[in-house]
Amino acid sequence: MTTRTTASPRLETLPEHTVEVVSDSGEGAQKCGQIFGSVSAKMGNGCWTVEIIPAEIQPPARTPGSASGVRIRIGSEPITNWGDEARLVVALNEQVLLARHRMDALAEDAVILIEDMWATHSDESIRAAWDAAMKEMSGRAYRFVRVPIEQQTLTLTDNPRHGKNMFILGLLAWIYDRDLARVRKQIAHEFRKKSAEVIERNVALMELGVSWAEANVPFRFAVPPPDEQPEMVVMNGNQAIALGAIAAGLELCAMYPITPATSVSHYLGEIFDSVGGIVHQAEDEIAAAGVAIGASYAGKVAFTVTSGPGLALKTEFIGLAVMAEIPLVIVDVQRGGPSTGMPTKVEQADLLAALYGQPGDAPKVVLAPSTMEECFHCMITARRIAEALRCVVVVLTDANLATGVTPFPRPALDARWHSRQPDQRPVTETERPYAWDERLGLSRRFIPGQRGGMHTLTGLAHDEASHVTYAADVNQRASTMRSRKLAVLQSTLLAPPIVGPAEGDLLLVGWGSTKGAIEEAAARARHEGLAVSSTHLSFLSPMQPGLKEIFKGFNQVMTVELNYSDRPGDPFITEENRRRGQLSLLLRAQTLVDIDCWTRVPGQPLRPGQILEEVRERLAKGDAR
Amino acid sequence: MSDAVCSLLSCAMDEERVFGLSEYEGAPARWCAGCGDHSILAAAQRLLVEEQLAPEHTVFVSGIGCSSRFPHYLKTYGFHGIHGRALPVATGIKLSRPELDVFVVMGDGDCCSIGAGHWVHGIRYNMNMVVLLMDNNIYGLTKNQTSPTTPEGYASNTQPQGSYLAPLNPLSVTLGVTNASFVAQTADWVPAHLFATLKAAYRHKGLAFVRILQRCPIWTPDIFRQAVIDPERTQVLHHPAGIEAPEIDEIYTNRIEHDPSDLDAARTFARTSENVRIGLFYRDASRPRYEETRHLPVFTAEQRMEALNAELDRHAV
Ligand SMILES: Cc1ncc(C[n+]2csc(CCOP(=O)(O)OP(=O)(O)O)c2C)c(N)n1
Ligand code: SF4
Ligand SMILES: [Mg+2]
Repeated sequence: MTTRTTASPRLETLPEHTVEVVSDSGEGAQKCGQIFGSVSAKMGNGCWTVEIIPAEIQPPARTPGSASGVRIRIGSEPITNWGDEARLVVALNEQVLLARHRMDALAEDAVILIEDMWATHSDESIRAAWDAAMKEMSGRAYRFVRVPIEQQTLTLTDNPRHGKNMFILGLLAWIYDRDLARVRKQIAHEFRKKSAEVIERNVALMELGVSWAEANVPFRFAVPPPDEQPEMVVMNGNQAIALGAIAAGLELCAMYPITPATSVSHYLGEIFDSVGGIVHQAEDEIAAAGVAIGASYAGKVAFTVTSGPGLALKTEFIGLAVMAEIPLVIVDVQRGGPSTGMPTKVEQADLLAALYGQPGDAPKVVLAPSTMEECFHCMITARRIAEALRCVVVVLTDANLATGVTPFPRPALDARWHSRQPDQRPVTETERPYAWDERLGLSRRFIPGQRGGMHTLTGLAHDEASHVTYAADVNQRASTMRSRKLAVLQSTLLAPPIVGPAEGDLLLVGWGSTKGAIEEAAARARHEGLAVSSTHLSFLSPMQPGLKEIFKGFNQVMTVELNYSDRPGDPFITEENRRRGQLSLLLRAQTLVDIDCWTRVPGQPLRPGQILEEVRERLAKGDAR
Repeated sequence: MSDAVCSLLSCAMDEERVFGLSEYEGAPARWCAGCGDHSILAAAQRLLVEEQLAPEHTVFVSGIGCSSRFPHYLKTYGFHGIHGRALPVATGIKLSRPELDVFVVMGDGDCCSIGAGHWVHGIRYNMNMVVLLMDNNIYGLTKNQTSPTTPEGYASNTQPQGSYLAPLNPLSVTLGVTNASFVAQTADWVPAHLFATLKAAYRHKGLAFVRILQRCPIWTPDIFRQAVIDPERTQVLHHPAGIEAPEIDEIYTNRIEHDPSDLDAARTFARTSENVRIGLFYRDASRPRYEETRHLPVFTAEQRMEALNAELDRHAV
């Protein structure tokens, strides 16, 4: 690895640092951040990149609502979440900075590199807005560095809107001591669809940023990468889902566009044809589910990817797949709900809908990856289970995983991940399409084209021969068989690992994308001498075994979730009527342990610091169970 | 109809196999006596015999309704799914297994109301399949509710004062959709024409949409009565390139000449009129078929892994 070493006395070495680049939307802050993140990952740093997305496509410029950008947290160790406050911010105007300030996204003493042209702008109202913003932020100990970003950029291009981001990249590259050869290479990669001229100009702008910083910025931060690490890949969770789907041998992705799930199909649309699959953009989510079910019924493995409102539309088809035991994988990239909710924001509030969304008893498997790496691997698991159990598998990810970018060890591909083709031997006279094994509830699936297997699949109650019947005993048995499969799966699962000691005052329990933040908070709490451990569930239906035993080791057990729960002590809220976090509700029902919850719906990932604060408060109260 | 190569298994057909009617008979049909669906089932079975379709290679997909019970009464593969959603399921089957012969059976509520979105898009996909709309102008299974094709003023349980809206015309709608490639109408009480229509539909390359006027003696006994008893009330579209059913020529003498390649004329004749019009309104076998535009590429596990490996390289650190 060729990092530039410098003897500068201003160089401060840190285990990790969090940077944000914010601008009006359309100024390329995200591109800048992506390149910075990719380069850092390629240098071997742990890294987590999250987009800061405005609600509108083209919000009015220079307003807090237009804040668009990216947060990059880099570290010497692997980074598992977006962290707490940003320690360094580059802002293209004071209004977008103000937006971050108001969201408490910035550290008390954050270093802020800000475009300085607004302070002295010819438009009086702009100068006034600058002054007002600075006044509002004056209570903090922010360390401002004013940078003539536009003025510098104009020395190399006529259109600063397409160039300021590269100049900023140069600033960051110098401040964080990034390998410039890699930065150049990454620029060339990101703009590979553009002309050589564009690439050259962008490289020149970046280099201009480097020299400007060298001459003017009074500090540098070094976050040295570890010496050795396995071969890594960098991607976001949606790309990992797409590649995982390919690795799993899924051949058809039927979908209807919906944020934040769509980028799975964008990426698949680009590459699926060349690896043996297709994306079908259906007329709506119902049709997408129907097409996936039709393909799966016909013997191909298909999946559908959606978000909350789409999951709602697929409900009836999911019920059919459960009833008729058609293998189906559904990815739900959760966003804020209910209704259209917060389309671009994260939430973990579809858990109960995934488990219980269907009228009638509709047992199905629900998995929740908690990292980008798990997004990849869970698709292989999901397909395996769907086919082995003839069942529906819902994969719950969320906007945090979908848009966050992080490196993880390169998966060692295995052709066996493609399950075998379904058994196509002719079916004998006496065989039945639902000849349930009395113990396991499993049965052999007949597929069109298979001789002797002809039957009419139906969503009506049916017997082993798929004949419609409302006979009480048959319905009881068929329901038992469909449910039994989950118990059989559960018997093959392992208890979730406990991170930290197996006994203590408080156990935090989570699921999905909050894992990194929860584990970091618990580790910091332990560091402070608190007896806090955590565990994280990857199977939500069926639940992993051993939970009750694990919970026994702790005085208090509390879930940490990104969904809504009533706060104890709020008006009218009692122990009896309190609406609880979704996982806590499930765990209470399943284990009869008095499990509490701490949940929030901020439309943002949880910060480890927030969780830590809650932990401290709880343990200070000493309200042991 | 299917010349694509089977991708899932070797479905080389046994030359010696001959299929008689009994090979296609499923459970005994449980429709009411006099229900037009019986005659449509008989025509479909006759088609299966005549075309010698391997039962395991044929899939009937339906929604929910009296008409959607259809697949149960056949001994092919059947998919009796959910109300209004037969077409997406058929799309998934055909997209992944284009070599299968796919038939779709829907009622007027199924196709023209709850499944109307899929209907429009199904026509546009134009996949190679036969789509039968069994139109009894009423919701049969759920006992007499107004459907989108119920005649204006006709009383039902949901609109006892008579339906408030003029009916939707399924032929006009279908002919208005981009990429429509085969649109025909026939009636359950003209079996020779019904059979000839199914045959032409099966032979068509693309989505063959057939609206079948279907009697429901329980809820709409009078709707088609005049047309049934008076052949003069039925106009047969006639053309050498149309649907040939010479058996009916003697009785059905009220004919109009119509060239099925003429879309404008088809739209004109499709308009609701005093008379019932049966025959081929439109056919264009050159329309693109979705399963050919978007067919599933066949890759071995090793090939996929190799391609995936190359893709991972792009993300490599
Ligand atoms: C989602 C849903 N809504 C409503 C129903 C109830 N339902 C069953 S069949 C049907 C209408 C049947 O009419 P049609 O499609 O014309 O078929 P027919 O019985 O006349 O052949 C309705 C409303 C249902 N099964 N599913
Ligand atoms: S109710 Fe009407 S459509 Fe249904 S089976 Fe009876 S006659 Fe046929
Ligand atoms: Mg009907």
